[in-house]
Amino acid sequence: MAAKRTRVTAVERKLVGLADLVIQAAERSKDPTFSIPIRALSNVSFNQRRGLIEMGNKKQARSFFNVGMTKKFMQTVLVADALSELQRADLTTSLREIYYRTKHTIKNSHENTFDTQDESDPVIEDLEVSLAVLREELHVRAENNGSIVGPVVFGDDGDRVDCTRLGKGGYSVPSIVEPEYLEIRRCTADFLLLIEKGTQWNRLSEDKFWRRYNCVLLTGNGQPPRGVRRLARRLHEEYRLPVYVLVDNDPWGYYIYSVVKQGSINLAFESQRMAIPKAKFMGLSSADPERYGLPRNVGIKLNEKDIARAKELMHYQWFQKPTWQAEIKRMLTSGLKFELDALANKDFQYLTKKYLPRKLKEKDWLD
Amino acid sequence: MAQSKTATASSNPMSARKPPLPPAATQKITGKPAQQVTAVEMGARQREISVSEFFTKNRHLLGFDNPRKALLTCVKEAVDNALDACEEAGILPDVTVRLEVVPASGTTPPASQATRFRITVRDNGPGIVRQQIPRIFAKLLYGSKFHRLRMSRGQQGIGISAAGMYGQLTTGKPVTIISRTGVRAAAHFFEVQIDTKKNEPLVHENKQIEWDQAQGTQVTLEVEGKYQKGRTSVDEWLEQTSIANPHVRLVYHAPEGETKEYPRTYHELPPSPREIKPHPYGIEFGMLLKMLQDTKSHSLSGFLTGDFCRISSQLAEEICRTAKVSPGTRPRDLKGHAAEVLYQAIQATKIMAPPTNCLSPIGEKAVLAGLYKQIKGEFYTAVTRPPAVYRGNPFVIEAGLAYGNRLADQHTLRHPAMPKAEGEHEEEDSELARVIRYANRVPLLYQQSACSTFKAVLNTTWKNYGVTQSRGALPGGPMVIFVHMASVWVPFTSESKEAIADYDEIQKEITLALRECGRRLGLFVRRRERAASAYRRRNIFELYIEEVVEACDRLKGGKLSKEKLKAQLQKIAASRTGGGKTDEALGRTGGGPEGLPHSIIVTAEGVEGEVALAFQVEAAQVSVAEADSIGEKPLEQPVKGKRARVPVDKAKGWKGAKTKAHQMVLFHDAQAAHKGPVPRAAARRKK
Repeated sequence: MAAKRTRVTAVERKLVGLADLVIQAAERSKDPTFSIPIRALSNVSFNQRRGLIEMGNKKQARSFFNVGMTKKFMQTVLVADALSELQRADLTTSLREIYYRTKHTIKNSHENTFDTQDESDPVIEDLEVSLAVLREELHVRAENNGSIVGPVVFGDDGDRVDCTRLGKGGYSVPSIVEPEYLEIRRCTADFLLLIEKGTQWNRLSEDKFWRRYNCVLLTGNGQPPRGVRRLARRLHEEYRLPVYVLVDNDPWGYYIYSVVKQGSINLAFESQRMAIPKAKFMGLSSADPERYGLPRNVGIKLNEKDIARAKELMHYQWFQKPTWQAEIKRMLTSGLKFELDALANKDFQYLTKKYLPRKLKEKDWLD
Repeated sequence: MAQSKTATASSNPMSARKPPLPPAATQKITGKPAQQVTAVEMGARQREISVSEFFTKNRHLLGFDNPRKALLTCVKEAVDNALDACEEAGILPDVTVRLEVVPASGTTPPASQATRFRITVRDNGPGIVRQQIPRIFAKLLYGSKFHRLRMSRGQQGIGISAAGMYGQLTTGKPVTIISRTGVRAAAHFFEVQIDTKKNEPLVHENKQIEWDQAQGTQVTLEVEGKYQKGRTSVDEWLEQTSIANPHVRLVYHAPEGETKEYPRTYHELPPSPREIKPHPYGIEFGMLLKMLQDTKSHSLSGFLTGDFCRISSQLAEEICRTAKVSPGTRPRDLKGHAAEVLYQAIQATKIMAPPTNCLSPIGEKAVLAGLYKQIKGEFYTAVTRPPAVYRGNPFVIEAGLAYGNRLADQHTLRHPAMPKAEGEHEEEDSELARVIRYANRVPLLYQQSACSTFKAVLNTTWKNYGVTQSRGALPGGPMVIFVHMASVWVPFTSESKEAIADYDEIQKEITLALRECGRRLGLFVRRRERAASAYRRRNIFELYIEEVVEACDRLKGGKLSKEKLKAQLQKIAASRTGGGKTDEALGRTGGGPEGLPHSIIVTAEGVEGEVALAFQVEAAQVSVAEADSIGEKPLEQPVKGKRARVPVDKAKGWKGAKTKAHQMVLFHDAQAAHKGPVPRAAARRKK
C-alpha cells in the first residue's frame, strides 16, 4: 500500500507541473507551451530486437497564445485539474465521467469547454504520453470489456476468484489489472488463448475446451481493451504462458494480433507494458479455408476498405516477415475474408472438436 | 390541351368552336357501337362557348384552384388594378386593403376557420367613368392593357372580372364598386354581376352616393376562401408588394382585426412607362398575318415603318428587297407564301434592339429603400441591369440582397437562455436564403422552383461570395434575395402568372445581376470577417485565460496569486493580438462602404452607404409608429418603432439631420442622384 501512495504523489506532482509551467511562462512573458509526443505512424519505430513498437522523439508544441491551439491548451489544463482531483480523492473514473466533470459553459459566453467526448479523450491520451504515465495510474478506467475462464485464481478486492468455478460466463476482466488492484494467486494452465470474438469464446467456454486442453480462454470482444491486454501480458510474463491469438481472417483480425504482439501505434508508449512479442497467430489464416475444407460460399468478398487496409498492413515494418507477406497476399489474391463463425458451417462444435485440436497438434501458427 | 384552348379563346373569344368528336371516341363513351351519330346530329350539338363559360370551368388557369390561393388572387387582382390606375394617372398610390370574415349563419367564425371573406380594396386613383364601370368589372377580356405594348401589372383584362366571377360562382354575391373621378364629380355606386353565357355585365344596382373620398375607386368582393398565414399568404404578398413598391402607402386590415401599415418610403413615382410598337423580332408568323390584314397603311413600306418599332424607311426597303416584293404592295394582298418570305426576310435583317423607355424599373435606390424598410439585416444592396431583349421584347432585370441579422436580433439569437447541451448547435447554419420574385412589381408567390429567377439563384456560385451553399440548393444564411423582371411582356409559364419562363437571355441577365449583388456581399462579408476574427482572437484568449487561471489555481491547491497570473497572461495576449491595431480594425475603419455602390451597411454604430436613403425610411417608419394609435402591433414587426429608433439615435451625422427640412434635403439629394441617367451609365461602365 505504501508503494501505491508514493506513485500517486508522483503522478500528481507531474500534473501540478503543468500549472507550474504556465506560471513560469507567464512570469517570463513567454507563451505557455506544452510539448506532446506525436502519436502517429510517423513517430513510431519497430524495434526488431525487442519485437515492440516504440515511440520516437518527435513532439508537437501546444501553445496557449496560438488561435488554433488555444482551446486545446485550455482543455488540457482543465483535464489535468480533473485528473489531479482524482489523485487526491483516490478515486477511479471513466473517460466519459472526465468529460462530464470538465464540461461547463465558459463564463460570459455561450461556449462550452467541451462539446463532445471526442474532444476530451485525445486530451487524456496526450497527457498520458507527455507525462509518461499510464492511464491506470491516472485512475482512468476503460470499459470492462473482456472475459476470462480457465485454471487461474485471482484475488480481487480480497475476494478469491477461481475461474474454473464461474460457469460458462467466466470472470469479467476489470479495466485496471495492475498487481495492486488484481492479484494472480495461482495459475496452472499450459497456455493462453486470446479470442477476438465473444461468440467464439462462448463456444469454447460452453464446450469446456479449457478443461481438456488446460488453458486460459480470454476475449476482448473485438479490439481487446487495455485491461485484457495487460492481463494477458501478466499471465505470459508471470506464469510463462504461451499466448495464442484467434481472430477472424480479415485485415482487422491481423491488426488485432499485431496490437497484442507489438503494441499499437496510438499507444506506442505503453507497448513495453502491454505487448507480448512472443504471441502467436493461431488463426484464422488465409490458408485455413483450403486446409480445413471451408467452402468458398461461406467467405465474404473483401470490400475496398479491407483491401486498402490489407495493403497498408503489408507496409508496416512488423509485417515484413515472408510468412506474413505470403499470408496477406494470399488473402488479397483470394479476394475473400472469413469469420471464425464460418467454421460452424461444417459443425457447431467444429472449432472445439476439430479445428483447434488439429492446429495445436500440428503447431500450425504464424509468428 | 388546356393551353391551346385558352389561346383560341382569348385571341378570338366569340367564335371559339369545339372540334367535333371523332366517331371512335363517341363509341368508346357510349359503349354501344350500334348508335352511330350522324354529322347532322353532331352539328346540332356544336355551339359557341363564351370565354366566361370557359373560365368558369377552368378557373384554375387563372389562379383560383384552391380557396387559399383564390383569396390571394382576388386581393392581388384588385390591388394590381388600383396601382396600375394610380401610376398611369401620375398619383402616388394610397391603397387600403380590408379583409373581413363574412358571418355564416349568424356567427362569425375565427379567421383561420372561416370560409367566406369580404375583400375591400380602396385606392386614391383617377376613378372610372360611370359608363365603363360595369364592363371593367364584369366582362372578361375587357380592358386597356391588352392591345398595347406597355409595362403594367395587368395584361389581359381578365383579372378583376375573373375575381368577380369567382365570387359570383362561390357566394352568389355581386361585385360592389364605388368610384369617383374628382371632387366635382359624383360618386357612383354599382353592384354588378357577369352573365356567363354572353360574357356581358348585369347591373343590379346603380346609384349616386355620398362618399368621403374625393377621388378613387373602391371594389368589394365576397368570395369563398381560406385565410392562412405563411409563405403564400395574402399577408406575405402585401409585404412583398410593399418591398418592390416603396412609393406606395399600403394599409392592410387583416381579418383577425390587426392593422398593418406599410408607409411610403420613396416619394417619387416610377417614371411612367411609354407604350411601344411591337419589335419585328418578337412577333410570330400568325401575328404578322393578322397585322397585315388589320393595318391602316396602304403600302408595305408604310406598314413596316408604321406598325413596328425600329424600322426606318431605308430598312423597310431593304426588307422588301430581300423578300422580293415591291414596297408599294398593299399589305392586305400579301398572303401565303409571299407573307412567309416576308417574315423570313424580317428575321434575316439586322434590326436595332427595341427602345427601352417603355420600361420602368424600380431603380436601385427604391429597391434598397424597400428592402431596408421590410427586412432587418446588416447589409443591403441593389443592382439594376441595363435593358436587354428576348424575342424582341425589351426587359430589365433588377436584383437585391438583404443579409444578416440586426443587432437586436443577434442578442436573442446568439445568447440562448440555457447553456448548450451535447449535440445542440447554433441553428443559424441550417437556415436557407429566401428568394422573393417579382414580375412588373408584382410578387410571385407560387411555383418558385419553376421560375427562371429561382433557377438563376441556384446556378449562381454563392460560395465565391462568402456564403455557404450545398450542391443544387439555395445559399445558406440569413439572406433575402430579391429579383425583379420588368418587361412589356413578361413570359409567364401559365395564365395564372406564377413563374417566369426560362429564356436564356432572361436567365443570363438575372445571373449577371445576382453576381454583382454577390460580389458586393462578398466584399462586405469578408471585411466583417476580418474584423470579427481579430476580435474573436482577442476575445478567445480573454475567455480562456480565466479558465486556465482557475484550473492552475486548483492544481496548485488554491495557493496561487490568481490576479497576478491573470494580469501576466492578459498582457501577453494583448501584445500577441496586435494591440491597438486590432482596436482600429474593430473600430469599423475597414468596414466602410468603399467599393460598395448602392448598398447600406448597418452596424452597431449606425448606418453606412446610402445613409440619406436609410434615414428617409427610418423617418417614415418612426412617423408611422408614432401615429399608430392601434394598440396591437403587427405580428411580423413587433419592434418596428423601437428598431427604427435605435439606429437613428446612434447614427453618425444624424445630429445635423434632426429637422424635417434637413431630411427633405437629404431626400432630394437622393432623388437627384436617381433621376439622371447616372445609375444606368454606371452599370454599363461596370460591364
